[in-house]
Amino acid sequence: MTDDKVDKPTIAVAMSGGVDSSTVAAMLKAQGYTLIGLTLQLWNQRRLAGKEGMPEQVQGRCCSIDDVYDARHVAEELGIPYYVVNQQDRFERDVVRPFVNEYLAGRTPIPCSLCNNHLKFDQLLLTARQIGADQIATGHYARNEFDRARGRWILKRPADTAKDQTYFLFGLTQEQLSRTLFPLGNFSKPRVREIAHEAGLALASKPDSQEICFVPGGDYKRFIEAYLEEQGEKLPDSAGELVTATGEVLGHHEGIHHFTVGQRKGLGVSSPTPLYVLQIDSASHRVTLGREGDLSTSTLRARQLNWIAIPELLGEMRVQVKIRHRFEPAWATLRRTGADEVTVAFDEPARAVTPGQAVVFYSNDEVVGGGWIV
Amino acid sequence: MMQRVYMDANATTPLLPEVMAAMRPWFDDNFGNASSIHFHGQRARAAVDHARETVATLLGCRPAEIVFTSGGTEGDNLALFGILQSGGMLQPGDHLITTAVEHHAVLHAAEHLRDRGILVTFLPVSSAGVIDPEDVRRALRPQTKLISVMMANNETGVLQPVAEIGRIAREADVYYHTDAVQTAGKLPLDVKAIGCDLLTLSGHKMHAPQGTGALYVRRGTPLEPLFFGGLHERHRRAGTENVPGIVGFGKAAEVAMAGLDAGIPSRTAALRDRLEMLILQSVDEAGVNGGEVPRVANTTNLWFDHVEAEALVIALDLKGLAISGGSACQSGATEPSHVLLAMGLSEERARASVRFSLMKTATEEDVDFAVALVPQAVARLRELSPVYAKKTAVTVSGGGLHD
Repeated sequence: MTDDKVDKPTIAVAMSGGVDSSTVAAMLKAQGYTLIGLTLQLWNQRRLAGKEGMPEQVQGRCCSIDDVYDARHVAEELGIPYYVVNQQDRFERDVVRPFVNEYLAGRTPIPCSLCNNHLKFDQLLLTARQIGADQIATGHYARNEFDRARGRWILKRPADTAKDQTYFLFGLTQEQLSRTLFPLGNFSKPRVREIAHEAGLALASKPDSQEICFVPGGDYKRFIEAYLEEQGEKLPDSAGELVTATGEVLGHHEGIHHFTVGQRKGLGVSSPTPLYVLQIDSASHRVTLGREGDLSTSTLRARQLNWIAIPELLGEMRVQVKIRHRFEPAWATLRRTGADEVTVAFDEPARAVTPGQAVVFYSNDEVVGGGWIV
Repeated sequence: MMQRVYMDANATTPLLPEVMAAMRPWFDDNFGNASSIHFHGQRARAAVDHARETVATLLGCRPAEIVFTSGGTEGDNLALFGILQSGGMLQPGDHLITTAVEHHAVLHAAEHLRDRGILVTFLPVSSAGVIDPEDVRRALRPQTKLISVMMANNETGVLQPVAEIGRIAREADVYYHTDAVQTAGKLPLDVKAIGCDLLTLSGHKMHAPQGTGALYVRRGTPLEPLFFGGLHERHRRAGTENVPGIVGFGKAAEVAMAGLDAGIPSRTAALRDRLEMLILQSVDEAGVNGGEVPRVANTTNLWFDHVEAEALVIALDLKGLAISGGSACQSGATEPSHVLLAMGLSEERARASVRFSLMKTATEEDVDFAVALVPQAVARLRELSPVYAKKTAVTVSGGGLHD
């Protein structure tokens, strides 16, 4: 116990049951903050278990009872109050349903960004404030700070760039950034595990989670089919042709949700040179295939923009751009081309620009802003 | 140390000191297996028999009609499965009548039976949470084997017309079970006045230890056991008796009867009414679920529009007041109450409802403590609620139902 405890704000820690957020709780506890542990119950892993093609027994990573057990155990070890908050309806409405709809429309969604925007930094922050916490802390690898000169909250890439999660955080508002702590931003993942060990956390060696938390085994096609079956909806028939860029028919496919731009495996056609998905047309159900060289494009358009380092884009701006989580930032010029639209012109053509994914703009290690690729 | 006030008696209650004192010797000094023939066994047997007599007195029945169980869930399951399997196995096509507002111990058992071929009628309730006895009569079929209707609802405290249903069951010659878990110690219980064949009690809702309970089984009622392995409890429940627990349960029954004689329920009801009145005086757009019909003395279920019950429960817990909202799922997250939904509340209002259930040891200070915290917490939740902000910007509507 430290004496300055009374002066420190009450912080709600978003605890997933993983090493990162558990270590955040241990670190802040050691610093003398008053903490409240919160876990979002987002999805019932048993819901689709046993449905067509889905595993009977689900060992989900996120949202599972095991993870809640781990988070609760950490809270007990640290002696902090801990609660599970039910956000299943909202998660289904704002994350799962859009995820399914995006695939059915021939796009490739990122549920983690939607979850951050609608659940973690919106609903969780609201709940935290309602129950008396001033701020939330999460285990994301990112940094944020207030820049007096610009009068803005800035989101920055973390010290451990290999763990950089800023790509998923581009939607944060100034208000959200001002009320969020990212205590892991200055640490490397190995160091975080060391801290977890030093704090005596039993789960210090627990493996990292990788896949989309509500899709067991990562098989999103089966998930979509099982989900629609559960909802009593028919999978829309989106079977169609596999064609070349010049319109030559190479074969037929079972539905456009089986494809994502840049995909090479499982196309169902044989060819002397490897073929890739170039384009998915949700109206004609036509999936265009071509060679790797044809995958690159020099521009993209993005909408539903959010700006962090700047209040608004005026004119042009030179930025580095990520179009996927795992993507080496590429130089480009940003240009406003509509009320809520920018065009990104790459210096060198970028490979497999995928509608439905986020595009995030960086200036050095700062997140300028981002949007959704159309 | 933070002051803490407990208003969640319908979840569980602490052991009373006299219950603890009565139990203590039976853990060590007075140990024994009630089935053993020697001195130690006889001593344990006598203690169990004595407790059985006390519980029988509480219910107005014979000692032999009491089966000790591990609690309310076992009692409810033993009643439902025991009757519907009384021929040795389930007879698909047999019919069970119950209600939409039962505790999950009955509801989930009934759903399980339905999945195995038993026809189940889940009777609806009025907006106040009460079933119409005529609905029971109308639901009767030649294959109806059992009626199971709870006495007092755990979430709202609302009482069902159990005696009227008892008469209907008697006329139709159908077995009748009532879950009285939330009633013991709060209302006089008389199995003959109710006219039931089976009645479930739980120890820890009446200041006995968790893991204790009893099922009343009227003499002559055929009952297939759930457990096999011994001739305990007149072949109705195999397993070595939980002697300390049963002794504690007996003592709690004795204390409950004394409390009823001393008028504790009316004292509790006065505190509950004061709690309700004072909270509703200082919070608008709020009201009582089931407040317009008879309820057990200790329970009130309040709705506060534009408030997430889950956040309110957490906020109050962090300030030292323990109440509950909805029902907890496996993870500990809250689901909207099936009871409130069955009463016709919108999902929004069901999610905005919380339960206060007072212990019989509740004081005026406890009520004052809650009254000082709840309006403040509701105001903070609403202030931060985007929905409420949008609404108040347009219009400020009048107050809610005041009970």
